[in-house]
Amino acid sequence: MSAYDIEIILNRQLADCLSIPVFITDTNGNLIFYNEPAEGILGKRFEETGEMPVSEWSTEFKPVDVDGNVLPPEELPLVKTLRDASPYHKSFWIESLQGKNQEISVTSYPIIGRTGKMLGAVAIFWKSTGV
Amino acid sequence: MKIKLWGVRGSVTTTGPETAFYGGNTSCVEVWEDGWQLVFDGGSGLQKLNAFYQPGSKRIDILLTHLHMDHIQGLGFFRALFDPGMEVHIWGPASSSQTLYARLSRYLSPPLFPVLIRELPCKLTLHEIANSSFTIGPFSIQSQYIIHPGPTVGFRVSTGKSVFTFIPDHEPALGEKAMTLDMKWLSGYDLAAGADLLLHDAQYTATEYKIKKGWGHSSINDAALFASMADVKHVLFAHHDPFRSDDQLNEIFTEFTNDHSYSFKNELAREGMEINLD
Repeated sequence: MSAYDIEIILNRQLADCLSIPVFITDTNGNLIFYNEPAEGILGKRFEETGEMPVSEWSTEFKPVDVDGNVLPPEELPLVKTLRDASPYHKSFWIESLQGKNQEISVTSYPIIGRTGKMLGAVAIFWKSTGV
Repeated sequence: MKIKLWGVRGSVTTTGPETAFYGGNTSCVEVWEDGWQLVFDGGSGLQKLNAFYQPGSKRIDILLTHLHMDHIQGLGFFRALFDPGMEVHIWGPASSSQTLYARLSRYLSPPLFPVLIRELPCKLTLHEIANSSFTIGPFSIQSQYIIHPGPTVGFRVSTGKSVFTFIPDHEPALGEKAMTLDMKWLSGYDLAAGADLLLHDAQYTATEYKIKKGWGHSSINDAALFASMADVKHVLFAHHDPFRSDDQLNEIFTEFTNDHSYSFKNELAREGMEINLD
């Protein structure tokens, strides 16, 4: 078993201390960590699921625009970050666990280590304040 | 593989009878195999190697974990760098902003040092390393970035017969649940896994660490837990706090061993200690 690069490890340790939902993926979009606040969005506990392949966790969300049209994956910040290693931000709606649409803002950034190599990405979810 | 510790003190050198047993020189360890010599870190312990310097030697490799002063301060006083017949290779962690040459030059230049790095008479070659694998003579070496402020690597050196891991400055416990996770999330794990000998940072007591989180160092408890998680056979606790006397180190270690029991051998690193791994 190989350990993750320290840039990934340190991002997890930071996420673990934050009260905002944070998702960390590898370069393929597989979910390698999400913190406790993110468990509320996903409806799952990291201790129970462990890491999740992109095919599994990406279907947990149904992002829609203001008119209720489903957003294609390529318009989502995290997908764009994984594609071109740049930070992105976007506000959209997701269906909450209670079946109600909730506006959120997502900020994503690439994890690029000292070697300049892309190691993964982080997505931070904020409840949109409407400001 | 033969190993000799020339400096195990952390942060700054100490002098005086109260630290004479464990020693006051900063980080430096010499490793030998089949006539090849490696030196890990160039702390003040490096100048003690001068007494054993062989003018007939042709090559020496110095592997730096990082460029904090207590790990490089001996470089300017090491005879090999002033020997025109000597091939000196310095291996150090790459930074995302400056070359190893530029960073070493900040020390090896006035006003901190009278001789410029480019004026050193030896045949000097610098190697920038990161998460790297390379060989030097009979040694297979792996370097990896580890948790410590600034670009810092640890080393795993193998001869095929034995493995030595050198991580003198390391804070794997940084974070709320850092030491309770699986090995995949443990900084330095790949370097230390199953090693015959691990030299690891253990600057603080568990109580001291609570108020020194983020400083880049470990408590003796976390160092032992790290060694346990990595399943090493023998651990040397090093980077002794410069404010610690020999008596205090003995007291801390006695208290620690009274409260903890491990299946692997563990002891305090001591300047002058020699270990043969074969």
